[in-house]
Amino acid sequence: MIKADVRLDAKGLSCPMPIVKTKKAMNNLVDGQILEVQATDKGSKADLPAWSESVGHQYIGVAEENGVLFHYLRKCSDDTVVEKIHEQIISIEEMEKGIGNGALILDVREEAEYAFGHIDGAKSIPMGELASRMEELNKDQDIYVICRTGKRSDLAAQKLAKAGFTKVYNVLPGMTDWQGDLTKSI
Amino acid sequence: MAVNKWSAGYVARKVIENQELFILDVRNRDAFEDWKIDGHKFEYLNIPYFELLDGVEEILPKIPSDQDILVVCAKEGSSLMVAEMLSEAGRDAAYLEGGMKSWSMHLEPIKIGDLTDGGEVYQFVRLGKGCLSYMVISGEEAAVIDAVRFTDVFLNFAKEKNVTIKHVLDTHLHADHISGGRQIAAATGAKYYLSPKDAEEAVYDYEPLDDGLIVQVGSLKLEVGALYSPGHTIGSTSFVVDNKYLLTGDILFIDSIGRPDLAGLAEDWVDDLRETLYQRYRELAEDLIVLPAHFMIIDELNEDGTVAKCLGDLFAENHGLNIEDETEFRSVVTENLPPQPNAYQQIRQVNMGKLTPDQDEQTEMEIGPNRCAVR
Repeated sequence: MIKADVRLDAKGLSCPMPIVKTKKAMNNLVDGQILEVQATDKGSKADLPAWSESVGHQYIGVAEENGVLFHYLRKCSDDTVVEKIHEQIISIEEMEKGIGNGALILDVREEAEYAFGHIDGAKSIPMGELASRMEELNKDQDIYVICRTGKRSDLAAQKLAKAGFTKVYNVLPGMTDWQGDLTKSI
Repeated sequence: MAVNKWSAGYVARKVIENQELFILDVRNRDAFEDWKIDGHKFEYLNIPYFELLDGVEEILPKIPSDQDILVVCAKEGSSLMVAEMLSEAGRDAAYLEGGMKSWSMHLEPIKIGDLTDGGEVYQFVRLGKGCLSYMVISGEEAAVIDAVRFTDVFLNFAKEKNVTIKHVLDTHLHADHISGGRQIAAATGAKYYLSPKDAEEAVYDYEPLDDGLIVQVGSLKLEVGALYSPGHTIGSTSFVVDNKYLLTGDILFIDSIGRPDLAGLAEDWVDDLRETLYQRYRELAEDLIVLPAHFMIIDELNEDGTVAKCLGDLFAENHGLNIEDETEFRSVVTENLPPQPNAYQQIRQVNMGKLTPDQDEQTEMEIGPNRCAVR
């Protein structure tokens, strides 16, 4: 089961109720949190992504199991561009070169985002779990930190640098510009 | 203000009678682009319902106050919500009962004309999908051709007309909609006819529909004659009814011709299509009235809502019948074809009897416009 901060049961409800309920539920989420919407209305497959786009939330994906659709959305209301602080940055192209030389791609997006599409071989540690899972990382290895747009990876890179990691690079702009294959784990 | 519920049949009359109507379609933009309720004098505004959750104030200036307003969505729920919001904002509005789903299913029977000895031909216009089915009545009997899956409509119509359905025929193995032919035959004990060339993979029994076969309807033996006319499928067969009407199936439409690619054999079937349209049909009487199995655009409807035109007129006006050069013809019917109909491969499987989806699944497969033609 994919991790979500809030689950919404909209099973058995027909249009427009799944969206009406999703909208309400989203209001109670904090920015960056994941909402799972369980629905049986097939129309939700087209409408939830379109609604998300119209209001600026990130629609992550949908998985179907026993006739139930599990949609994953990430709340995005704060679109302010924050200046990237971590100084060591690399581009997607440079990152690709580095993979062959033993570097690690560290994907700090939420589990659901990772599940619906990540770079093959990337290690998943969501931003919120980084502090408690740092010992899984090797200080001698080059670490390329990636997220969707470079914002969370910047924070993660700063955190790692403070903890004494020196070979940490923020991949910019992030998964939004990744043109290669995506691996799914759903 | 009032919120009214309109049935698909009520909206169908507005299409046929060329009335004015303002449609607020609250489905997704893609869905609207793909398929909508077409009317000669209809105006449209497409705003997805989920952009109206906070209110309709912003769109009020775009909605005329001197016209009927119909709110349309996929299944009904969202259109009711938006119609109620409009009503609260002081506007009269109607919503479509059952949404586009019921629009897709509605059949409107319209009389085409009289036949010898008091016989009649009826066309069943499925406005939402562009499908056309037929009933030929003579005496106490009827033949049904290219029936869609809403078999009750045909059974009830026969009951109303006090006739027994004795023959059920399909011009070909359909790829864009599910045939109701076998169900009607099963319900009435009628014979179901299909071309053996189209039925090779079919898993049910049928009467072979061969070139030259003549089906007689009623005690006065009104004739429905089979004319082999391949090209859309390898088994496509036309019917000449009472030497007056030519039922062309998906080979020839009013403003377009059939496409040869829905069974994956475009290249193989181009020559057949060419021969049917440029030789076999040319040998027929030009005063036959062509009755196709589809219309593609609302402009193909006559004033009375029927889809019918004299063969001679089509020879003069239909672009697909006027491509002299064979190479050009080949490229027109094999290149730059419109997208294939929704779930067409599955629909073919259903019509072969290999898949037996439930009603909801059938509705899902048939959603969207038909795309059987090349213009």
